[in-house]
Amino acid sequence: MGKEKKKDGEAKLPKHLEIRRDYVTCGDKLNYNVNTVTSANTFAAMGVDNSWDLGEFKDNFQIVINKLTEEVMEFDMIGVDPAIANALRRILIAEVPTVAIEHVFIVNNTSIIQDEVLAHRLGLVPLLVPPHLFEPKVAEEAPSEKNTVVFKLDVTCRRKPDGSLENDKVLSESLTWLPTGSELPDETTCRFAAGQAHLFPDTASRPRAVHTDILLAKLRPGQTIQLEAHATKGIGKEHAKWSPVATAWYRLQPEVHMLQDVRADSDMGQELITTCPGLFEADPASGNLRANSARGHEMVLERLRRLLEQERYQAAVAYRKRKDHFIFTIESSGVLPPEELLAQALEALQDKARGLAEKL
Amino acid sequence: MDAEATDFFAATFSIEEEDHTLANSLRFFLNKNPHVAFCGYSMPHPSEELVNLRVQTTGQVTAMQAVKAACEDLTQVCGHMRSTLGEAVARYKREHPEAPK
Repeated sequence: MGKEKKKDGEAKLPKHLEIRRDYVTCGDKLNYNVNTVTSANTFAAMGVDNSWDLGEFKDNFQIVINKLTEEVMEFDMIGVDPAIANALRRILIAEVPTVAIEHVFIVNNTSIIQDEVLAHRLGLVPLLVPPHLFEPKVAEEAPSEKNTVVFKLDVTCRRKPDGSLENDKVLSESLTWLPTGSELPDETTCRFAAGQAHLFPDTASRPRAVHTDILLAKLRPGQTIQLEAHATKGIGKEHAKWSPVATAWYRLQPEVHMLQDVRADSDMGQELITTCPGLFEADPASGNLRANSARGHEMVLERLRRLLEQERYQAAVAYRKRKDHFIFTIESSGVLPPEELLAQALEALQDKARGLAEKL
Repeated sequence: MDAEATDFFAATFSIEEEDHTLANSLRFFLNKNPHVAFCGYSMPHPSEELVNLRVQTTGQVTAMQAVKAACEDLTQVCGHMRSTLGEAVARYKREHPEAPK
């Protein structure tokens, strides 16, 4: 449904409605105007078009990355509705696939940790296996080189001649990848037609646990754990072990606005400067109080909220949050870089929309 | 997916194997369509993978056309967001040589 580009000189919303549309206003006890104004016809009576406009979206939409490491990405996502931001958050947590241990075949376990507890623990270990190389395994499907990655864990604790213990701690680094598949095909029904070694030509990229130092069990001399762990591809909706993120979340951009001139040397001015250091400062030119960017002053914003209990502060200062400016953080479990996870989440959402359109 | 009819101005779409993620996104774009008089969705039961999406139009388009348009809008938005993300990551890595490759 094409729509003409909005023309210059088109009616604009009055300021007070614009604030209600664009900002959540934070009061001392509750937040106001928390809804988003979505309906195309909301402002029709005022001649303001609120319908969807792709060109306008493209003009306004921005992604600004603040921090990017191998595990964490923090970025500002500006000019998008909460429906989309939340869809991405939900997909990141529950629908981007990874590979995790699903079946554990225990050959021998004389440690004090029970088989089922150990199996559950192994499931939660993040594995450095590129999910795109594998297919999800359907329940009735036989395990094969296309849908299963096999690891072996064989650790026995001994007392060394000097009296110290060897292997008293079983760490995730002991999980060793078996490129040719299960060593117990009769028991596990897992038979590889071909090995997986060609998928991982260089040693560094071979399947292993993301972290080498996760404690799986503790052993005493003579105790042993021998098992085979079969990892499959899945999504967080099925079990949290397949979630590629430690978590993914967003918050809204906070802003503090002065509603009237407040002399910096007045009682109120001094109170604001001392209660919220860094947030307010005197403007040398006018002698009035000026509100700095609220980003980076999150700790004092709650103190500002306390001041807003008094009506005279409510009239002078507003604490608001922009409804279309998300400060998004993605903490990857280490399986995939966070920017890649977001790209996959966008792809997943696009696939959902395309898939539905095709079925209609 | 089973729609009741293709030429209705009001229809409920039962979408299987989907949840708030898709339904709320579609609700947003449907509400942004001036030819849609009402749109809302519900999940009949939390352990059933099913959402019911209700769409009533003003008569210029069918409910089916409105949902298709919403899917198209969502597809375009995701596409634009992906390219914007790619540019933002490239820019960040250019400006921060210490960032992971």
